[in-house]
Amino acid sequence: MSLTTAPATAPTDDASATEPQRPRRAPRIGQSFAMFRNGKSLAGLAILGVFVVVAVLAPLIAPYDPLEKDFMALRQPPSAAHWLGTTHMGEDVFSQIVYGTRGVLVVGFLAGVLATLVAVIVGVVAGYVAGWRSESLSALTNVFLVIPGLPLIIIVASQYEDPPLMLIAGVLAITGWAWGARVLRAQTMSLRNRDFVQAAKANGEKLWRIIAVEMLPNLTAIIASSFVGTVTAAVLGLTTLAFIGVIPITNLNWGTILFWAQQNGAFPDYWWWYIPAGLCIALLGMALSLVNFGIDEYVNPRLRSAGERARAARRKGLQVDGGVTEVRTVSGTGDDARAG
Amino acid sequence: MRFILRRMAFYLFTAWAAITINFFLPRLMKGDPISAYLARNQGKVSPESIESLTTLFGLDSDKSMLQQYLDYWGLLFSGDLGVSISNGLAPVSAVIASALPWTLGLVGIATVLSFLIGTSLGSVIGWRRGSRADWAVPFATFFSTVPYFWMGLIVIAVFSTTLGWFPASHAYDKGSQPEWSWDFIGQVIAHGTLPALTIVVASLGGWVLGMRNMMITVLDEDYVTVAQAKGLRQRRVLTHYASRNAVLPQLSSFALALGFIVGGTLVMELVFSYPGVGKLLLDATSAKDYPLMQGLFLVITLAVLVANILADVAYAALDPRTRQMES
Amino acid sequence: MTTLEFRNVTKRYKVRGAGDMLALDDVSFSLESGQTIALVGQSGSGKSTIAKILTQLERATTGEVLLDGKPIPHRGPGLRRYRQRVRMVFQDPFASLNPYHTIRHHLERPLRLDKVVPKDQVESEVMALLERVRLDPSATVDRRPHELSGGQRQRVAIARALASRPELLIADEPVSMLDVSIRLGVLNLLADLQRESNLGVLYITHDLATARHFSDRIMVLHHGVVVERGDADGVILDPQHEYTRALRDASPDPDRHFAGPAGTASLRS
Repeated sequence: MSLTTAPATAPTDDASATEPQRPRRAPRIGQSFAMFRNGKSLAGLAILGVFVVVAVLAPLIAPYDPLEKDFMALRQPPSAAHWLGTTHMGEDVFSQIVYGTRGVLVVGFLAGVLATLVAVIVGVVAGYVAGWRSESLSALTNVFLVIPGLPLIIIVASQYEDPPLMLIAGVLAITGWAWGARVLRAQTMSLRNRDFVQAAKANGEKLWRIIAVEMLPNLTAIIASSFVGTVTAAVLGLTTLAFIGVIPITNLNWGTILFWAQQNGAFPDYWWWYIPAGLCIALLGMALSLVNFGIDEYVNPRLRSAGERARAARRKGLQVDGGVTEVRTVSGTGDDARAG
Repeated sequence: MRFILRRMAFYLFTAWAAITINFFLPRLMKGDPISAYLARNQGKVSPESIESLTTLFGLDSDKSMLQQYLDYWGLLFSGDLGVSISNGLAPVSAVIASALPWTLGLVGIATVLSFLIGTSLGSVIGWRRGSRADWAVPFATFFSTVPYFWMGLIVIAVFSTTLGWFPASHAYDKGSQPEWSWDFIGQVIAHGTLPALTIVVASLGGWVLGMRNMMITVLDEDYVTVAQAKGLRQRRVLTHYASRNAVLPQLSSFALALGFIVGGTLVMELVFSYPGVGKLLLDATSAKDYPLMQGLFLVITLAVLVANILADVAYAALDPRTRQMES
Repeated sequence: MTTLEFRNVTKRYKVRGAGDMLALDDVSFSLESGQTIALVGQSGSGKSTIAKILTQLERATTGEVLLDGKPIPHRGPGLRRYRQRVRMVFQDPFASLNPYHTIRHHLERPLRLDKVVPKDQVESEVMALLERVRLDPSATVDRRPHELSGGQRQRVAIARALASRPELLIADEPVSMLDVSIRLGVLNLLADLQRESNLGVLYITHDLATARHFSDRIMVLHHGVVVERGDADGVILDPQHEYTRALRDASPDPDRHFAGPAGTASLRS
């Protein structure tokens, strides 16, 4: 908080209580999505949207069937007929990537939903209840954080000849919920002692209602960010599993493409076979991270305003490698927007 | 003191949970690959090995679950993890012991390096917020989302196959024997450079971003303002006031992210054919060598736990509050 | 006639590594409808602990809280009925309203929860409540807390407390977080409402001047002990306890034309 900024929440004049005020119905849905209303989140959501469209419209976008073999065109570099070249079996890499988007998104979002569900239940309950119940839920969360997930998934998946997708998503969720639960617990603990929760309690609201109606809406940003985080981790996990061949190759995703490329000596010469799939994973991961940065900045406006303030100070010829000068001269921007 | 006791209790609990998961995993799985294997290889497996495999995999279903569980613990305490099917029935503990130093060396050094470099970079970028240093942020984001194994493949394609600077696989030259000679150490460094580089580059972004965000939050605190108002040198404010406080949450997220990092680096060993526990695990997976897989999971989890304890010690050393609590 | 009685209440908090902290030591008093009692003390004197025990957000370590002679239940429908009759206005109107919900939500909930009015009358009752606390109902009802000033928020909080038609109201420093200029308005509102509904009000404050002005009786709490009690004028004009004298001398008194920074110093407890 900068020294010169007047607190935006300062009560101004009580007389305004009786002044006629422009009636305004703030749309609740709009408020729920406020955390996405910034450049970073929007950019991330846009990239994400493109991937979703590609996944949904895969048959329309892909020029070939992903497994259609053309033995006249083996290991072809990119051309007009095959935008991203062909595999050793003459399959069209671009079509494989387009169809592979489906597997990645479906498993990623499924795992994200499941993990977020567990994270919300465990995290919010652990944050609301006190004493040994909270401590033991927290210990459980930490255990799942510390136990390395990927080896566990590899072992579980390898017990099946043909692990169903639901199982993969489930295991990814089981190993991925703990981080979100930890953050949610901390946030819930700080909410629990806020007066509005105490007031609801003193009004005689039931426990589930206090949690669901009074607290959860104030946690949406954290929940969204933990969802996005688990989707990112699940996408990485899924493609990794597919790459090492634990996931059946019938489930086409970007990791499967890399698995085939690795198995069939694509490295390093047939770059069109392995570069695009990896870039897609990174691009999707980046899109999800951007969404999360936007949410982070919404939750912690200092992150957003820091760069702007420093730049503004530099324009005035001030030294910015620290806090004092700029704090005294530039009024904060982010803090006001967040007040209340 | 209370702090240490709490952490001890937590680590013991986690170790217990990991071991118990390991106990139940094969018992929950359908099918029975081990007894099928034993039936196929009658006479080849020694009676002691059969006995320990029976205990490890719950084939002794005539015993009560509790008895099975107690027997299992007994085996673990005697260091018996069964025999590895895919390694000529060598004891699992011996097979793991031969691979563990490679992973500890490579992953340990690379992860600590990445954390140190990333945290330093992040604190400088956070300190110079609003300057050109901000351009590092999108790059850090990109690199933090690239899968380890893919980056490993690219690194091999560029630095090994194309440029020929470093060997692409294994931990030392073919035909060499591990020994304490300068020649061999040189080989190990040459072979370890690319995998280590991959781990550092792929995990650097996360530390840079985390530390930058913490720095920006800390720099708004009054004590930093006061430190500057006192006229302390910028460098001193950066190191003694801002970074020192920003690094604490960074360290605890390091401890918690270890499990995740280790998962990623294990797969990378496959890409580099590095003879560590990761490659061992994946080989065991494709060979359906369940005793080895179980043993590896246990050892990896315990290794992560030990790393967590070390991170805790570092945290306690840096945080005056924990020191106070101890007294 | 409703009587709330605090009988020999003691409250201990466990403090990690420091043994117990005695927040209230054998405190007794009673509050009747139609009466305003001021509970005066510094921060840390145990005022808020009394409020929390009265609303059953915390329980007394020993001693009893009686409503009309009967101990109040700790759970179940009995506790709900008690909470419907004894309501609290929190100190900080910036924290006591949920930032996510509209004013309508805040007022509807107690109405629906305690079934104060039939469902089809909830809307008109919400409007009536806003009217009672002198807010423009149609301009306020669909707003969220952050769109209102501090004084407006505290009026909403008062309306919320009144929604269940309580007989007793606990006001925990209701104006200490507000600008000095608007404090009087809120206090006058509370006084008006108290007269209109024959409420019993426990006015918790650190400010002796307003305590004298708005209360019939004053209780002075110091380190968890009631050191002085009596009718308002008596306590202010002829304090018996040394601590009360110190409190009086530290607060601005219009009769003494006290000059000094003490008035601003009492902005926050």
